[in-house]
Amino acid sequence: MSKTLLVLSDGVVFEGESFGAEGETIGEVVFNTSMTGYQEILTDASYKGQIVAMTYTQIGNYGVTEEDVESAGGIKAEGFIVKEACDFPSNWRAEKSGVRSQESGVVKSIGNYLKEYRIVGIQGIDTRALTKHLRNYGAQTGIISTVDTDPHNLLKKVRAYPDISTFNLVKAVTTDKVYHWTEGCWKWQSKGIGGSGLGISNREKTNSQSLTPNPCHVVVYDFGVKFNILRNLVDAGFHVTVVPAQTEAEAVLEMNPDGILLSNGPGDPQTVTYAIENTRKLIGKKPIFGICLGHQILGLAMGGRTYKLKFGHHGGNHPVKDLATNKVEITSQNHNYCVDIKSLQGKVKLTHRNLFDGSEEGMQHVELPVFSVQHHPEAWPGPNDSTHIFSRFRQLIQNG
Amino acid sequence: MPKRTDIKKILLIGSGPIIIGQACEFDYSGTQSCKALRDDGYKVILVNSNPATIMTDPEIADVTYIEPLTVEILELIIEKERPDAILPTMGGQTALNLAVKLAEKGILEKYNVELIGAKLHAIKKAEDRELFKQAMSKIGLDVPKSSAVTSMKEGMEAIEHLGFPAILRPAFTLGGTGGGIAYNIEEYTELLDKGLKLSPVSQVLVEESALGWKEYELEVMRDTKDNVVIICSIENFDPMGIHTGDSITVAPAQTLTDKEYQRMRDASIAIIREIGVDTGGSNIQFAVNPENGRMIVIEMNPRVSRSSALASKATGFPIAKIAAKLAVGLTLDEIKNDITRETPASFEPTIDYVVTKFPRFAFEKFPEADPVLTTQMKSVGEVMSIGRTFKESLQKALRSLETDSYGLEEVDGDTEKIKTKLKIPGAERIWYVAQAMRTGLEIKTIHEHTRIDPWFLNNIKQIIEFEEQLKVQSSKFKVQSSPRDIEHRTLNIEQAALLRKAKEYGFSDRRLAQLSGLAEMDIRGLRKKHNIVPVYKIVDTCAAEFAAFTPYLYSTYERPFYKIVGDSGLGLGKGNKDNNPQPLTPNPQYDCEANPTDRQKVIILGSGPNRIGQGVEFDYCCVHAVFALRELGYETIMINCNPETVSTDYDTSDRLYFEPLTIEDTLNIIEKEKPVGVIVQVGGQTPLKLAVPLEREGVRILGTSPDSIDRAEDRKRFKELLHKLGLRQPESDTAMSVDEAVRAAQKIGYPVMVRPSYVLGGRAMEIVYDEDSIRNYMERTVKGAPKHPILVDKYLDDAIEVDVDALSDGHDVIVGGVMEHIEEAGIHSGDSACSLPPYSLNNDVIAEIKRQTKALALELRVIGLMNIQFAVKKDEIYILEVNPRASRTVPFVSKATGVPIAKLAAKIMVGKTLKELGLTEEKQIKHVAVKEAVFPFDKFTGVDSILGPEMKSTGEVMGIDEDFGRAFSKAQASSDNVLPLCGKIVISIRDKDKPGICNIVGRLFAAGFSIIATRGTAAFLSEKGLEVEVINKVAEGRPHIVDLIKNREIVFVINTVSGAQAQKDSFSIRRSALQYGIPFTTTVAGAKAAVNAIEMLRKKKINIRSIQEYHKDRDA
Repeated sequence: MSKTLLVLSDGVVFEGESFGAEGETIGEVVFNTSMTGYQEILTDASYKGQIVAMTYTQIGNYGVTEEDVESAGGIKAEGFIVKEACDFPSNWRAEKSGVRSQESGVVKSIGNYLKEYRIVGIQGIDTRALTKHLRNYGAQTGIISTVDTDPHNLLKKVRAYPDISTFNLVKAVTTDKVYHWTEGCWKWQSKGIGGSGLGISNREKTNSQSLTPNPCHVVVYDFGVKFNILRNLVDAGFHVTVVPAQTEAEAVLEMNPDGILLSNGPGDPQTVTYAIENTRKLIGKKPIFGICLGHQILGLAMGGRTYKLKFGHHGGNHPVKDLATNKVEITSQNHNYCVDIKSLQGKVKLTHRNLFDGSEEGMQHVELPVFSVQHHPEAWPGPNDSTHIFSRFRQLIQNG
Repeated sequence: MPKRTDIKKILLIGSGPIIIGQACEFDYSGTQSCKALRDDGYKVILVNSNPATIMTDPEIADVTYIEPLTVEILELIIEKERPDAILPTMGGQTALNLAVKLAEKGILEKYNVELIGAKLHAIKKAEDRELFKQAMSKIGLDVPKSSAVTSMKEGMEAIEHLGFPAILRPAFTLGGTGGGIAYNIEEYTELLDKGLKLSPVSQVLVEESALGWKEYELEVMRDTKDNVVIICSIENFDPMGIHTGDSITVAPAQTLTDKEYQRMRDASIAIIREIGVDTGGSNIQFAVNPENGRMIVIEMNPRVSRSSALASKATGFPIAKIAAKLAVGLTLDEIKNDITRETPASFEPTIDYVVTKFPRFAFEKFPEADPVLTTQMKSVGEVMSIGRTFKESLQKALRSLETDSYGLEEVDGDTEKIKTKLKIPGAERIWYVAQAMRTGLEIKTIHEHTRIDPWFLNNIKQIIEFEEQLKVQSSKFKVQSSPRDIEHRTLNIEQAALLRKAKEYGFSDRRLAQLSGLAEMDIRGLRKKHNIVPVYKIVDTCAAEFAAFTPYLYSTYERPFYKIVGDSGLGLGKGNKDNNPQPLTPNPQYDCEANPTDRQKVIILGSGPNRIGQGVEFDYCCVHAVFALRELGYETIMINCNPETVSTDYDTSDRLYFEPLTIEDTLNIIEKEKPVGVIVQVGGQTPLKLAVPLEREGVRILGTSPDSIDRAEDRKRFKELLHKLGLRQPESDTAMSVDEAVRAAQKIGYPVMVRPSYVLGGRAMEIVYDEDSIRNYMERTVKGAPKHPILVDKYLDDAIEVDVDALSDGHDVIVGGVMEHIEEAGIHSGDSACSLPPYSLNNDVIAEIKRQTKALALELRVIGLMNIQFAVKKDEIYILEVNPRASRTVPFVSKATGVPIAKLAAKIMVGKTLKELGLTEEKQIKHVAVKEAVFPFDKFTGVDSILGPEMKSTGEVMGIDEDFGRAFSKAQASSDNVLPLCGKIVISIRDKDKPGICNIVGRLFAAGFSIIATRGTAAFLSEKGLEVEVINKVAEGRPHIVDLIKNREIVFVINTVSGAQAQKDSFSIRRSALQYGIPFTTTVAGAKAAVNAIEMLRKKKINIRSIQEYHKDRDA
């Protein structure tokens, strides 16, 4: 294990050991407070351009599986920071459906998984100190290097690197062609019996489209979509078509969908000007549902403004109140930007609020079948409390 | 939803005495909920029979009853207090069962009392196995295949389709009492028979075995608006088959993928909704098949539990407090998170450390008990530790246990023995797991034998491999410099890095010393020289996402980080791209969150894990010390590692360090905090044994000096002291060998009491009557600990034992209470019932006892508390023992008299005088309080209930009334030994006791009882003109005495024995009385007290009266 440095742009240096690929990586350093779901996090395209630090200390315990991949092409995060990475994972899922690679067979450990995708990882540092630093001084650019151990060099490099808001990260992660998605959510299957050990979530039980009468057609704008959004749409009874981020509004309308979903994705929403433009054209034409970056793009398309949070929300324990029912849902969160809903006064109403910091978590158009949430109802990683929103989308289409 | 205004008075039911499976975690939850409800403006009425609790302090509830937890007494309280609601979810299974009975008997309806927290239907649905199973299948969840059977016949049918191994769980029993695993039909029949008898509803669940599956627990909370959150997930290190209370457990869950965890979370939410627990916390247990992930629901507790106490301490989320608020209608989003202050309680804590809970056992106390861990809980206490990684957390837990282990030490055994120890789990299995690795056993093999998840095993392997590396490297530690000269010894960079890594792995200095051949303090010196010191991190519920305001801290070792100032850096050597770059040495920063204040502060050392001999009583004293010093304006700092306690509640002291109570860990904190002093005399032996080493390191010990403590504990110095004061003690001697012991005993004269020096709770103490016995004893004991002297004391036959607690400021001495034991001297004082004030001693004797107490306190320069045990034989007074510290009886004395002696003691320790505190004379009380001990015999098959010099009780109760008889009867009722008012009593006693029994029999006749006795006893009574029926002893043919007990023809058993053979022969009498719940006594003194009480009960009605009323009485 070679000496590895993490240098933040304000000059703070952590010294640890490498556990992933050799090399150097730069990105905006954010912390995530989920205790499970590291693989879903790493493969979530919303983390493009970011280095993720896990606040939980033991990462890699249960290995990596094909089923927990959230985007095509594997890891999207630029780098990974943990207190202790585990190289002896133990879990039946990793045994049965472990990630396979052509070169090395079954990829078992988190370290090998990073190596597989040439992602740099650092362990052994005081991740709590790092978290507090980011909390107090805000998210900032950082560099991890296993090859250059001169902190001054690294500081120079990191300071020379442009801010995350200058990149159009969506282009790097969106699909390059249209595709259909048919897979439903993961369910535990008992071999032979075929019964479901789950069957108790808020989601409807069936995931086979053939059982669902009158499937709706939804077109999903892929700004870096998490597969689990697609899976939830399937479970909610949708035919799902995924289109590249740059797809023109007209092209989408030609597909004659029953509804449109604006997906999650990385980076500053203001950089995705083409998406904002296309969304503007779609509002009023079709029911629209936005998630995370999709929510922000929707806000901008309606003429609102967005702002950046100090260190973002990244975790699986944020309470969000549904203002219609006054019930609290524990949500999966991953965003650095927010829609200032007051800037959309008269056009939308606030539907969800984050109870941690009072930030705005969801909105609904006052007249049109257009709504969005900032958190991640598709969960995984994180709790399933909000998955009912997918059914709500469907109802909106059917009633509308 | 705002809190309810239609209810104003709430009755809270406590959990009664500490027993296995139900310990002081319910004092913690009860105390928290009392405070929470009163904060919200409710009037709280509390009932609990256990005086050694903070919750029964007169200030905690508005009205406090220390009364038996029976339906009859509860009805009296309800009738008198007219509460609007009962909160039954804070007092464990005891409170829940009592609430069910109150509801079923129509008492709640009669007085219009509502159950809040959990309604009757929810309790039943969760507790009744069959209803629970139906509920689970309704929501599509898997449960183990099972049958609830109510007879042997049904049981035989059930096993046909379930197959072996099968798990048996009797319904409505505590801690899985009577449960077990049957591998064959013989075991099955035996367990089923026992289970049917033990279950109050004669129902046993026979269940498909999930042995070896992964075991998990989730703590769930729900509010009236149906918001549900998971507070904590717990993964068991020991898989299914070992009761979770006996398992090493870890939080959070380690080996579940997010999808599996969410599936379990969804299931928990569905369960709490389906069962219908309206508000509050529940604990749900799951098993997961490691081969294919099949998840089954094991059980649900619709109440606050031991695990919720653990989860509260593990996360910083106060479950009981929040549950109480939810019960009165508040919702999670309306309650603030105390720790972050800004965010609401409607969230799920996330943690950035690993918590390990480790059980503490007491098999050494019960050599006859089966020490194999099964589904019946056997541990008596637990510790919790916090580390950033599992390795660190585990190793901290090991040294928290106080079992003289400081890591994964080597254990003896060949491969065969090790394999057996792996397969058959016992208290020390983890050390054998480590040993197995040293001997080269593969992880795979160890997993096959133990079913412990390979993730845990691999972590242990890392520790063992690191030890090997250390052994090699540490030889170089010594080569570095001249031996012995630690001052000049330094480590090179690699060695320092290795030492740091060792500390990150959680190794104690002591273990490192063992591995390297250095002394513990040498390691400490080296560490400090290289700045390898712990940092303290906060338990903040949110993994540092938000600022935390509550100093609830744990230690860990982290590497420093650096800050480059300006663009050009800070003169770090250029050209660091060399192969061996210099480390970043300038301005290393450590993120330590202790941030000591500059206030005047005092550290109070806690009492560590509960064990027999050191239980909740000492935690009570620690908490009182904290309260007292806070009143005086000191900043109070608590160090403890027992998650069940009030002392480890983050809002008890100003600062809480959740740390092992070792010299290393306490010194680290002391060096960080720099207190004015440390209090060691209120937490029992645990802190007391640190007194001398701490003082040696220059720490100021507050109160009685370590030298005085030593003067009382050192036999020779103590003898000189008594001689100086002209006081008597039973003749005594010390022996290092078998022959010396025999000579000593001959000189003193039999019977003698023998025990090793410096032991707690009468460990390994025995009364021997002849030379053979003493030889036998010495051979056994000296073999175990060859270097420790054995104490040989004259045993005073038939003496009355007296306990005295006193307070001294060095000038004045005030006696807090004089307690006369019911059982004779020779029975451990912790196991003996006692009466305050004395019920038979004459005033002259009491006055002389007080005089001697004062003389001893002044001579020993006691500053604080002191406890003395006296024996009175024929009006002669002997001193058995002097302990210049808080004793087990302190809470009892405080509750009986209303004088908070532990609090006063703490104030004296920081310099107050008794006069300043307004205590100039002893308080006289008009009522009588009786303490009775509670035993775990029912948990250990094969263990005899005969009392002796070795302490065996786990807890205590108090009976309080106007006279001794009724107070004693209440104490008996509270300890599940309800005295009868009519019926047939069986007597079988040893010759020595026979003269004393005549009076008892006469009085029982007069009270209308019929008597049946074994042949010898009957013949003796007949001689004295008392004609009784005769019954066979077990060996004499049938029907015999045990048949009568089993047929429930007997209402009370009086059985005394002497000698090993007689004890063996009569074992089944006591065992069956225990099993069939027939009250019994094993001493004549106990029988006499019982008769006394029965006579009084027949004359006068039982009264209830609150502690506040009793105490007011005294003041008037």
